[in-house]
Amino acid sequence: MLNYDIVVIGGGPAGMAAALKAKECGVDSILILERAESLGGILEQCIHTGFGLQYFGEELSGPEYADRFIKQVLDEKIEYKLDTMALEITQDNVVYAVNKTDGLLEIQAKAVILAMGCRERPRGALNIAGTRASGVMSAGTAQKYVNIDGYMPGKKVVILGSGDIGLIMARRMTLEGAKVECVCELMPYSSGLTRNIVQCLDDFGIPLYLSHTVVDIHGKDRVTGVTIAAVDENRKPIPGSEQYIECDTLMLSVGLIPENELTRNVGISIDRVTSGAIVDEYRETDHKGVFACGNVLHVHDLVDFVTKESQIAGEGAARYVLGKKSDPEYITTKGVDAVRYIVPQKVNIKNEGDVQLFFRVGSTFKNATVKVRYNGEEIISRKRPRLAPGEMENVVLKNDMLKSFAKDGVIEITVEV
Amino acid sequence: MTKNITCVTCPMGCAITVELSDSGEVLSVKGNTCKRGEVYAVNECTHPQRSLATTVKVEGGIHNVVPCKSAGALPKEKIFDCMEEINKACAKAPVALGDVLVENVCNTGINIVATNHCPAR
Repeated sequence: MLNYDIVVIGGGPAGMAAALKAKECGVDSILILERAESLGGILEQCIHTGFGLQYFGEELSGPEYADRFIKQVLDEKIEYKLDTMALEITQDNVVYAVNKTDGLLEIQAKAVILAMGCRERPRGALNIAGTRASGVMSAGTAQKYVNIDGYMPGKKVVILGSGDIGLIMARRMTLEGAKVECVCELMPYSSGLTRNIVQCLDDFGIPLYLSHTVVDIHGKDRVTGVTIAAVDENRKPIPGSEQYIECDTLMLSVGLIPENELTRNVGISIDRVTSGAIVDEYRETDHKGVFACGNVLHVHDLVDFVTKESQIAGEGAARYVLGKKSDPEYITTKGVDAVRYIVPQKVNIKNEGDVQLFFRVGSTFKNATVKVRYNGEEIISRKRPRLAPGEMENVVLKNDMLKSFAKDGVIEITVEV
Repeated sequence: MTKNITCVTCPMGCAITVELSDSGEVLSVKGNTCKRGEVYAVNECTHPQRSLATTVKVEGGIHNVVPCKSAGALPKEKIFDCMEEINKACAKAPVALGDVLVENVCNTGINIVATNHCPAR
């Protein structure tokens, strides 16, 4: 059996940032397990720029952003194993993993950091009618074909879902000579960043049909077209609004699902809205010594926020390993009405610093006020010119506020117009 | 005349309103939350620019292509010409991050540089 103080599962931006922070906090025995052939995670195929504006103050592509952390991991001599799949975490924090050279690995960890990221919702989750012709793929799969393998997966494309990956791929396919017929979005708003709608769709005259979905896929061997339709306020297709669009490829950008199989199997409580673990302000789950960060905890829109969150988890894991953690006294956080979720879901009022609460809204707002209440009493009120589901928001609980709270109190965040 | 622009400089996506004279001169810029937003809005009304990220073919590398980007912003109307020139280029592995893959693309004065490493196979 191998022994490490901290085992990090996933070598993407979350795992690397967490490992680096833990090392900085004084833990030397760290192992990163990565399933792919290189560190960097999904950033390796995100070749567009826009990463790092918050964290580095400059605009980087995905691989460049990842490279800065890969270099640090190498410089700090943090151990990692590539091509290695984590299979199981036990009640006593033993991690089982497997790869071609070591075979089965049995690793006793004092703390485990979950940084497995997320995967895309597939066609099967949507129940779209139609044939099983080739040419239906997730936007991320298409992104790998084009950006890593150098293959064009189609010439005439319809994209379902206006998440950021779908928008980015609309531009990428157009630049490489494909015709993107349209992007259909089931909801009356896009879940992608506004800048992506402007620079990926508007720049190339690609129409975005809001409140529209794909109701049928046509073709025998290869997709020959799709039928799209408008949907009503209950997201049901409106009869008579169907429209046939000829295409050879249907790309799906319909949401991301945190990859929490390991998390669920060891019995960690999952938030039903985020599909990630329920955590405290150091991102510790309800399983002692197991922390979670990045897209496996909740889906982020900016990698910069993933990095910051993962540093918190790395610090938390280091404090746990070094025995700096005291018995917590928790208050819980709760999103009300338009606020769909808050991370962290609980906060230790004995924390010595300020605590940032991240949250997401369920619909768009203009000139709204974010209100934070403690046991029903308003403690923070912040005006926001614009709130959108695609853009994560945050409020800070100052330490003197935390100190005034009592155990089992409830913090609620709501949006008022 | 006024023009409404969504700034694409950063993920904030500020809604900017630019007031233009009849001859197209910028009179005022409102709604931006930083200096870069103002620069973007003025450029967008006078000579729109975009940065470009794409891939270049690689011979003998672990992958068929290596990602790259324009080292500066390119005139928006030249983006497709630049794509054509970049797609004709072919790099030899190993490629290091930062290597210049296409010099002075389409006489814009801008280089196309690798944004990742591509070790030899």
